[in-house]
Amino acid sequence: MTTPPASGARADRTAGPMVKAEAVHKRFGRIEVLKGIDLEVGRKEVMCLLGPSGSGKSTFLRCINHLEKVDAGRLYVDGELVGYRQAGNKLYELREREIARKRAEIGMVFQRFNLFPHMTALANVTEAPVRVKGESKGEATERGRALLERVGLGDRVGTYPSQLSGGQQQRVAIARALAMRPKLMLFDEPTSALDPELVGDVLDVMRQLAEDGMTMVVVTHEIGFAREVGDWLVFMDEGVVVEVGPPREVLSNPQHRRTQAFLSKVL
Amino acid sequence: MTEPPAVGAEELKVIPIRHWGRWVAAVVLLALLGVAIYGMAQAPVDYASIPTYLHSDVILQGLWGTIVISVTAQALGIILGIIFAIMRLSKNPVVTSIAWLYIWFFRGTPVIVQLLIWFNLSIYVHTVSIPIPFTHMYLFHESMNDFMTPFMAALLGLGLNEGAYMAEIVRAGIISVEEGQTEAALSIGMTRLQTMRRVILPQAMRVIVPPTGNEFINMLKTSSLASVTTYNELFRSAESISSAKLNPIETLFTISIWYLVLTSIATIAQYYIERRFARGSSRDLPETPIQRLRRNLFTWRRPKIPNTSTHTAVALSGVTR
Repeated sequence: MTTPPASGARADRTAGPMVKAEAVHKRFGRIEVLKGIDLEVGRKEVMCLLGPSGSGKSTFLRCINHLEKVDAGRLYVDGELVGYRQAGNKLYELREREIARKRAEIGMVFQRFNLFPHMTALANVTEAPVRVKGESKGEATERGRALLERVGLGDRVGTYPSQLSGGQQQRVAIARALAMRPKLMLFDEPTSALDPELVGDVLDVMRQLAEDGMTMVVVTHEIGFAREVGDWLVFMDEGVVVEVGPPREVLSNPQHRRTQAFLSKVL
Repeated sequence: MTEPPAVGAEELKVIPIRHWGRWVAAVVLLALLGVAIYGMAQAPVDYASIPTYLHSDVILQGLWGTIVISVTAQALGIILGIIFAIMRLSKNPVVTSIAWLYIWFFRGTPVIVQLLIWFNLSIYVHTVSIPIPFTHMYLFHESMNDFMTPFMAALLGLGLNEGAYMAEIVRAGIISVEEGQTEAALSIGMTRLQTMRRVILPQAMRVIVPPTGNEFINMLKTSSLASVTTYNELFRSAESISSAKLNPIETLFTISIWYLVLTSIATIAQYYIERRFARGSSRDLPETPIQRLRRNLFTWRRPKIPNTSTHTAVALSGVTR
């Protein structure tokens, strides 16, 4: 498949795409997980990645903030190459510090929350602003409280993760990512580890985030969320993008046989 | 079938199992203990002298020496352990091999041999100095014989050996922390070093602290080997007394009491340190022994196990009805 047409619902195309992937390849040992991914995510767009497990969608997401190194192809975030610096026809691998600086601008939310268990909810949120950005403690705390308030956990500021429900933990994790004022948010199956009745709260927070104009790439199995919030729905299988389009079109009228087969099982 | 009469919950009395075996075992044990004490009392040992030895100057000096060398050597061991554990987990092959070699050597040779090697280092190196570049001056300059005091030899011998063991303990702690923690820390822009210090090590502590307490208790006792470097600690004090007074048993019992006091204090300290690092990992921390003691002092009866007997009774009466 090729890149999606250049007119997303809320797309702001004046400054180029936020994420641009060109023939991205990734292999783990002998297994080729990504076999040439071409995708573009415009500013303020929400792209949902759908597909069976092992299709490479999580790996692609992790390549965007360089948690995984791309083996071939190019990946740009906000116009800058991920993990490398290009000079002439040579690519120089970035130093750890430079990679960290770029990661700081990209928020990521994990399936298993990955909150720091030895820190309170507030400390989880203020850790990066204080340690990475060098914000003052007072400033970070004030903003941390506001962020926890925003995800509906204003009364859980001093609570440790083990005392929070999965849904609450995931919302703290979202607040932690937002504390760095990211220009892009990556979500790796954010609701897959949650009890069904807790999923709604997390999706509400994500929906609000999308309405506020955050650029988001979301790996998810929540078809409803993809339909309502997504500007693009990408269906991946076996390391390739099988189908891309506006969610309503893809969901109601899938073009590809594999998409049809997958949706018939999920819907 | 006739209905059995319904029994109210309060009327059922629970008879606990009687543990006859425990009583028999206790009596046998007491008898054996009595025989042992009688035997010890018959020996020509001047037990009455032990209390005086306990606070004699020579023993107290030795006690202080044992405390100083154990604490400093353990501290050195912990610092080296953290450094070499991180080195072993590094991606740099040179760094990993250095750590591997260090652990291989210091874990693979006896402590007493290492202590004596340090003590005799002046055979190889005559002076220790830190020169200031481009001048003829030195920041530090001393002959090896002056530098390698008994304390230094003991510190290096025990500390470097301990470092090798601590490295493995710390490494186990680090790899026990979930991979997701590293990813989360990296994803918010932390460097590897920040991730290690702020996220991984604090969580690894929960795994590191218990065996470290064990190591320290071991160190308190292993420090007696430092006597071979003529460092003045408990064991050497005991020997100096017994070689003059020819009463080995009395002095050995004396220092045994001190070693037990030291290890007991270390055990209690370990308990509280473990609690400190359990933060956020369990919902409710268990009571400390002191809290339990205080609670027990103000309750006369043994606290009831909440309602289990009534529950059974209710269940039983439910069945009978």
